[in-house]
Amino acid sequence: MTNAATDAVHTAIDYTLRQDRGRLIAALVAAIGDFELAEGCLQDATESALKVWPSKGIPKSRRGWLLQVARRRALDRFRRAKNFEKKAAQIAVLERSEVDAPADTHDIPDHRLRLIFTCCHPALDEKTRVALTLRTLGGLTTEEVARAFLDKTAAMAQRLSRARSKISKAGIPFAIPDTDDLPERISSVLSVIYLIFNEGYAATEGAVQVRIDLCEEAIFLARLMVRFCPGDPEVSGLLALILLSHARRHARYAAETYVPLFKQDRGLWDAKLIAEGLSLLESALQKGRVGPYQLQASVSALHCEAKTANDTDWVQIAALYRLLAQIRPSAVVDLNLAVALSYSVGPEHALECIAKLATDLGNYQPYHAARADMLRRVGRVGEADAAYGLALDLTGTKSEQAFLREQRQKLCTGNGDPH
Amino acid sequence: MKYLALIYAEDKANPQPNTPEFGQMIAGYQAASKKYEEDGVVLGGEALQPVETATSIRIRDGKAELMDGPFAETKEQLGGYYLFECDTLDDAIRYAKMIPSAEYGTVEVRPVQTYDLD
Repeated sequence: MTNAATDAVHTAIDYTLRQDRGRLIAALVAAIGDFELAEGCLQDATESALKVWPSKGIPKSRRGWLLQVARRRALDRFRRAKNFEKKAAQIAVLERSEVDAPADTHDIPDHRLRLIFTCCHPALDEKTRVALTLRTLGGLTTEEVARAFLDKTAAMAQRLSRARSKISKAGIPFAIPDTDDLPERISSVLSVIYLIFNEGYAATEGAVQVRIDLCEEAIFLARLMVRFCPGDPEVSGLLALILLSHARRHARYAAETYVPLFKQDRGLWDAKLIAEGLSLLESALQKGRVGPYQLQASVSALHCEAKTANDTDWVQIAALYRLLAQIRPSAVVDLNLAVALSYSVGPEHALECIAKLATDLGNYQPYHAARADMLRRVGRVGEADAAYGLALDLTGTKSEQAFLREQRQKLCTGNGDPH
Repeated sequence: MKYLALIYAEDKANPQPNTPEFGQMIAGYQAASKKYEEDGVVLGGEALQPVETATSIRIRDGKAELMDGPFAETKEQLGGYYLFECDTLDDAIRYAKMIPSAEYGTVEVRPVQTYDLD
């Protein structure tokens, strides 16, 4: 057995699992009725593939092969179990699927919607929901999920293992929630996807990384939700928000320095993603059921539609944030409103607005950065310098540090931007 | 699957007798009991007497120690329970939500151990 053969097998398995883990787990849970066991059987099938494929060759349908072996493993375990009479129903389902075994992967039914609801069940804590979704549906390895949270791999493995155990033992159902529960459950899924996107967007380590892979994961999951819940305007609103933000990613960094919105080279924005985002948003808004994601997407849309920074419709943006503050009040929304007002009314007015946010947002870097900028614009240079200092203390990424230092430097030279 | 719903509340948060809140709470429990019976999900349930009536037992080195009071001094104390038979956790949660004490206390829902896993 050559190293090349085993390497090729590893690559093939990694690729298949990365692409199709979600679909496979979903199909297995649907057949087996047990999340923990499904994971175990897929793990067994993977190990089996590592042993068999180097000599027997990589099968044409890798997905189908893994699914079939995993199902057989489950069947074995059920038959040998002490209480196998209780498992009669499951055994029958699995035996039937053996007969109809798909030679072609198109036949694997897509139960991923049920899977995403399971992973995002409110009985699991938020961090666990995000981690389990990334691992099970997002195709990330346990190590990659650990890195996303700055956790040790062993700790994350334990978290995921506990979650699967709880799903099985506590009877978290593998099902689309009841109509009554659906709005809340969809909301839970959307906030997991939103968290994943924000985690990808905000580099939390010292380096420049915008963790584009997590953003792509979030987009994939959001697209999945839109496919499964096509009529829901908030689901579309979230995808629109994510696409419009993601469209600007190539303009956000230059020479390892963060570039704020008003300075970005708009030519670097992804026009195709913007068009898609705008179109999605328009359809969503027409449904007349506005919600927080549609509102945030609308703000993003206004930025994307402005030809230059000076063309930005700050009045509209402020109106949107006012609306958002009514339905989803938070200090961060108040801050964003103030920033908009700093342009539509003036920085003096904005400074008055944010004064009351000092306690709530004392540890929130964007608060200090925004305040520093407003102080600079009204000529209160000394206070601006202090505010930049506070912002820098709270800034984790080198790229943002570089930007803030640059802004602070300009105070000394009096070379502020005209804004 | 069997689920135990453990009802925890702060003693002083409990509505006092002869108040409208007390009447509402009783009505809430009655409505819940009726629903549980209709749906055939309840296997049992009791309210417990206040925590001052509790006695706790520990046996260490073959010696039994009795303590006056609950096993732990927590702000919210166990006040009662229901034992449900439901298909899924979602069902158990739906029924547990009907317990009036959940509005000012906490209801813990935990599956009962089964021993048929291989």
